[in-house]
Formats: sequence, structure tokens, C-alpha cells
Amino acid sequence: MNATLRYLTEPLIANNPVTLQILGICSALAVTTTLQTALVMSGALTAVLVLSSATISLMRNHIPNAIRLIVQIVVIATLVVVADELLQAFAFEVSRQLSIFVGLIVTNCLVLGRAEAFATRNPIGPSVLDALGNGLGYSLVLIIVGTIREVLGTGSLLGYTLLLPQAEGGWFEPLSLMQLAPSGFFIIALLIWAIRSVRVEQIEKPQHQLSRSEVEQ
Amino acid sequence: MRSPVSLWRGFLARPNDDRVKIFGVAFLTAVFSAVVVTVASVTLEPLQDAHLEAERAARMEQMLDTLPGMRDIMAEAGVDALTTRLVDLETGAFVEEPDPETYDLREAENDPERSVEIQPEADLARLGRRARIAPVYLLERDGDILLVVLPVSGKGYQSTLRATLALHADLTTIAALTITEQAETPGLGARAETPQWQDLWAGKEVTDETGQIVIDVVRGQAKGPHEVDAISGATITSNGVANMLRYWLGDDGFGPFLDRLREEGM
Repeated sequence: MNATLRYLTEPLIANNPVTLQILGICSALAVTTTLQTALVMSGALTAVLVLSSATISLMRNHIPNAIRLIVQIVVIATLVVVADELLQAFAFEVSRQLSIFVGLIVTNCLVLGRAEAFATRNPIGPSVLDALGNGLGYSLVLIIVGTIREVLGTGSLLGYTLLLPQAEGGWFEPLSLMQLAPSGFFIIALLIWAIRSVRVEQIEKPQHQLSRSEVEQ
Repeated sequence: MRSPVSLWRGFLARPNDDRVKIFGVAFLTAVFSAVVVTVASVTLEPLQDAHLEAERAARMEQMLDTLPGMRDIMAEAGVDALTTRLVDLETGAFVEEPDPETYDLREAENDPERSVEIQPEADLARLGRRARIAPVYLLERDGDILLVVLPVSGKGYQSTLRATLALHADLTTIAALTITEQAETPGLGARAETPQWQDLWAGKEVTDETGQIVIDVVRGQAKGPHEVDAISGATITSNGVANMLRYWLGDDGFGPFLDRLREEGM
């Protein structure tokens, strides 16, 4: 039981797809200006990830090696189109804000990565748990970044005013940088730094080191 | 003759590097995906269209709000919305059939019975076909036209743009141009949708003294009442918008209707 649950809990922090594997950064920057878009994107990505992993895991014994990436991408793309259509039908305003980023889930390495690395080799149960865990790990980062950016950038969260801006008679000066893409980089970087300060085992070894002779010269 | 079940078993039992299996799996995956996408797209289309329709209506409302004094005039005239009438584009005359409330311009554009091919030399907006009958939205007081709103469309860089063009009573001064639909490059052509660019059109005149349509976009500094700055980095989209206006105001578009309105009034 514990071993099974690890598929779900491992990707949350210990093996988080965003902060450890640095995958899915593009969308994590683009859709985190508000918590609402971050939540919808998280939901869409998690749903696509779980369903694609389940489908690919079911097909795993019959995917010819020569065309396996094509088959995986077609399955993922199909699910992404359906997710996009559903959002346009049931969450029109949010889908307008997410614009092309729902469609770009197809190219999110996280989804193809889990399909290729895990779902093609494992039965459906662990595959779904692994996908769900990774989806939640991605969502966790998006939610943290989205919350920080929305609160500091606008002073409100999900439409509720937390810090009254000066323009409306309060003391808070909204940091407009928080609404721009660079702040996404800063926050994710700080997050990675914080996690790796606590979990030192996540720090990567330098890929290239000067040899002794190079140093001495 | 083997049963389908045993054929299927036989297919699955083939080794994964077998050609038949490779093509078979590729084909079945493609068919399955196509079915799923088609079903989703067709069943959800009415819901999506309703959202788009609501958005168009909201934009029309918004446009009325941006026109100075328009709400007062409407309140004075005792109307809270514009009157929708249908116009036969060829003759420029109003038609009473079909019902303007339920008329669907898009459906008519795609229906070979209710649309006509645009001659290539006249097709400035690069649309290929246009509906025979188009809706116009009018604001009038005591029989005088105050505002005419025309739905226009045309090709931009990578998508068909749709817009509403509101003209003042002189039928040449633009009251507002609102892009209602586009899928141009985000950050470049998509900026056609920003209020900053749309506001440049208000107050411009589409025709000169002789009645020639002269409205255009220019790169650099727009001068005079007939020029609007192009969106920087999106010349094709900007030209698309200008061509769309020139087409729809011209003889092949709403030209006959506007002429008739000038001569006869309502």
C-alpha cells in the first residue's frame, strides 16, 4: 500500500515536475498571473495527464516501438482538444484568458514525459496514480505562484480584496512587476532555492568542473 | 471466414514490429482520435456559439457606451437597443423576410443558396463568398438616422476578422470600429482587438468630398481624416482591416444600401 501511495506523493515535492525536473515552465509562467487561471490550467493539465497515462498504459503492449511517440502525441493531442472544447463551452471567460496555453498542453514535456517514462511500462493503476501525482505536483507550484502573483500584483485573490490598494484609499501599492512574466521566473527560482535548501539531495552536481591542471595554469 | 473477434485477436497477437500491426495501430489511433474530437466539437458547438453570441452582444453594448452622448440620445428616443433590419446587399433595400431576430449571418454565408461568390477583382476582403442578405443595426429618432452599425468581415494575416463598424448620421464619419472576432498572432495582429488601436478609428472619415472611399492604414505617422496608423509589426492584419472596410463600404458590400440611405433616408 505504502509503495503504491508513493507514486502519488513522490512527485508533490520530492520529485516535483516543475521544481526538480524543470518541466512545464512555459505554461507555469504564462498562466499564473491570477489564481483563477492557474487553477483552471492545473485542472486541465491534470485531467489530460491522467487520461493520457491511462489510455497509453492500456495500449502499452500494442504500441509498435517505431511509432510510439506519434501514437502518444496523438492520444495527448486528442485529449487536449477535447479539454479545450470543454473549457470553451463551460468556462468561456477563463478559456479566453488562457488563450493558446490550453492547446499548448500538447507540447508540455510533463505529459509526454510521464507517458513515455512511466505509462508505457506500467499497468494502469500505478500509471494513473503517477499521472495524478505529477499533475498535483504541477498544480501545487502553479497555485503557489498564482497566489503570490495575484496578491502582490493586484492586492486581491479570486476577486476578494485582501490588501486595499492606494487607488481605493488603502495603503497597498500593487507591484505591477508581479503581473509580468519575469516575476514568474523569480518566484519559481525562489521556490526551487527554498526546496533545495531543505532537501539538499535535490541539488544537482555541476555538469562540468575544471580539472586540477586547468585550475593551476 | 473468421469471426471479427478472432481477427481482432489475431491482429493483437502480431508482433509489435510487424508492418500490418504498425499501420493498423496508427490507423486505429487516428480514427479513434478523429471520432472523439469530432463528437466533442459537434456536441459542444451550440454552447460555444451561445457564448460567442453573448460576447458580441456585450461588445455592441460596450461600443454604445463608448460613444459620447449615445446613451442620452437613446434614452431620449425611448429605445434601449438598436433596431435590427435586414438589407439585400445587391439592391440596398430593406427586406422584411426572413425575421431579423433569428437571422444567422454566418449560416447564410456558408449556404450556397443564400450567398453569392465575390468576383476575384472585387474581393478586397478575400472572403470568397458573401451572404445575399446582411443585418444592419440602426439608431433613429423621429425618422432621422443617428447611427448605422454594419457587420463587416475580412481576412487578416491568418484568420478571418469580424468587426462592427458604426457610422454617424453623415454616413462617412466613423463613430467606432470594434473588432469582435479574430485569431491573429498573439501580441502582434491580435492587438487589433485592443481599445488603443480601435480608438484610432473613431472620428475618421471613410469617404472624401467626391464620395470615393479613401480610408486606409499607413505605416508611420497617420495624417488627415482618412488615415489610421497601422499596428506596428502587423502590417498584414492592419491592411486586412482597411481592405475589409473598403470592401464592405464599396459597391459590392453595403455601398448600395448607404447610397439609398443618403438619398431617401429611412
